[in-house]
Amino acid sequence: MNGGPALVSIMRQGSTLIASVHTALNDSELVRFEHDLVDQIGEHRSRGVIIDVAALDVIDSFAALTLRRIAEMARLRGAQTVLVGIQPEVAFTMVRLGMGTGAVPTALDLEEGLALLDEQGSRPPRPDEPEA
Amino acid sequence: MQQAPEHDSAQSGPGGHLLSQLVAHLREHRTRLQEEWSQRIQQAHLLTAMTPQEMAAETTSVYDNYVEVLETGNVEALQHYAKDLSERIIPRGVETHEVVGIVLLLRDVLARSLFEKYQRDFSMLNEVLDAYEPAANRIANTVAVSFVDERERVIRQQQDAIRELSTPVLPVRERLLILPIIGVLDSERARQLTEQLLSGIRKHRAKVVVIDITGSPDVDESVANHLVQTVDASRLMGASVIITGLSPKIAQTLVTIGVDLSKMNTIGDLQGGLEEAERLLGYTVTRKEVSTSS
Repeated sequence: MNGGPALVSIMRQGSTLIASVHTALNDSELVRFEHDLVDQIGEHRSRGVIIDVAALDVIDSFAALTLRRIAEMARLRGAQTVLVGIQPEVAFTMVRLGMGTGAVPTALDLEEGLALLDEQGSRPPRPDEPEA
Repeated sequence: MQQAPEHDSAQSGPGGHLLSQLVAHLREHRTRLQEEWSQRIQQAHLLTAMTPQEMAAETTSVYDNYVEVLETGNVEALQHYAKDLSERIIPRGVETHEVVGIVLLLRDVLARSLFEKYQRDFSMLNEVLDAYEPAANRIANTVAVSFVDERERVIRQQQDAIRELSTPVLPVRERLLILPIIGVLDSERARQLTEQLLSGIRKHRAKVVVIDITGSPDVDESVANHLVQTVDASRLMGASVIITGLSPKIAQTLVTIGVDLSKMNTIGDLQGGLEEAERLLGYTVTRKEVSTSS
């Protein structure tokens, strides 16, 4: 990220990338986020991506679209995306405005997201991690 | 609701003098007039919910307050008293017409006593009544408004309580919530339900929610759509929703109005819904072997 505090932090955890969005992003920031994330998927050979939006109290249609695009791009690059941490009000607003997450699976929070990826086999456990 | 401060002729001019004369008269004959008033109340079968002792106590304070307002023209104390009185008597089932009735009776009793006192001097009587009537009407108004306000406050409070109770979100197992819906779902309740459900999902970290609408006789199109949206929103929060207990009538309605239910997971009854939820969560319920010694 060039200049200013990071608005999104992307962390690697084994074969999973965890992107947590800290604050509302404007359209150009969203586009940059999309680039960064899709880049890093290849770089780290990630199998799963978790996007945590718990800090957002608004998700507009462009953001929803971008999240769907990221998921689709990630899929093309071999990673399964899970969207986690959508707040109750945000969830209902999104549904009311007719902007779902499409085919992107969702989970309550980071922990649930990781569990979901485990279930789907997109996150092979590390050797030192006890197998579920 | 506050009384608009209005020009009070009783406070100034010749009315002021008359009014103090009038108040003195009412104070002087307090016991007799109050007695008469109590009798009138009994004859009119008002305030039957109160015991004679309570009646005596209340009529005394109402009388004193009444005379005081006539004297000072300041209704604030009366407002306060009326609110307090309403708080005490509303739970006992005293109706608006009773409260208004007793105040009007007091007004009439006092007016009669004025007639009696000034019957020989007609112009004087006229002047006294000119001073008395607006003040008395204001008192009646104040008491009625205070009573109704208090009643509305109680009603609002109860409505809030009912609303809160009307959409319980109950955790039955770890990560499993049920939401029994009893009674008609209107859009206000549907909104409430969504709010409670979504925050319940977050609070209990629920993965599966069973919404049981066995107790709901009917839904309309907007509520059905709202229900569908709630299911979608729950999915965004990572919980899947199972709807159970759709009555034949509701099923018919939903199909007729063409709500898209393809994404809704519905199961006939609550039992089936719970079994499915347990299956989704990976629970297996086995019955413990009971020793059949008999």
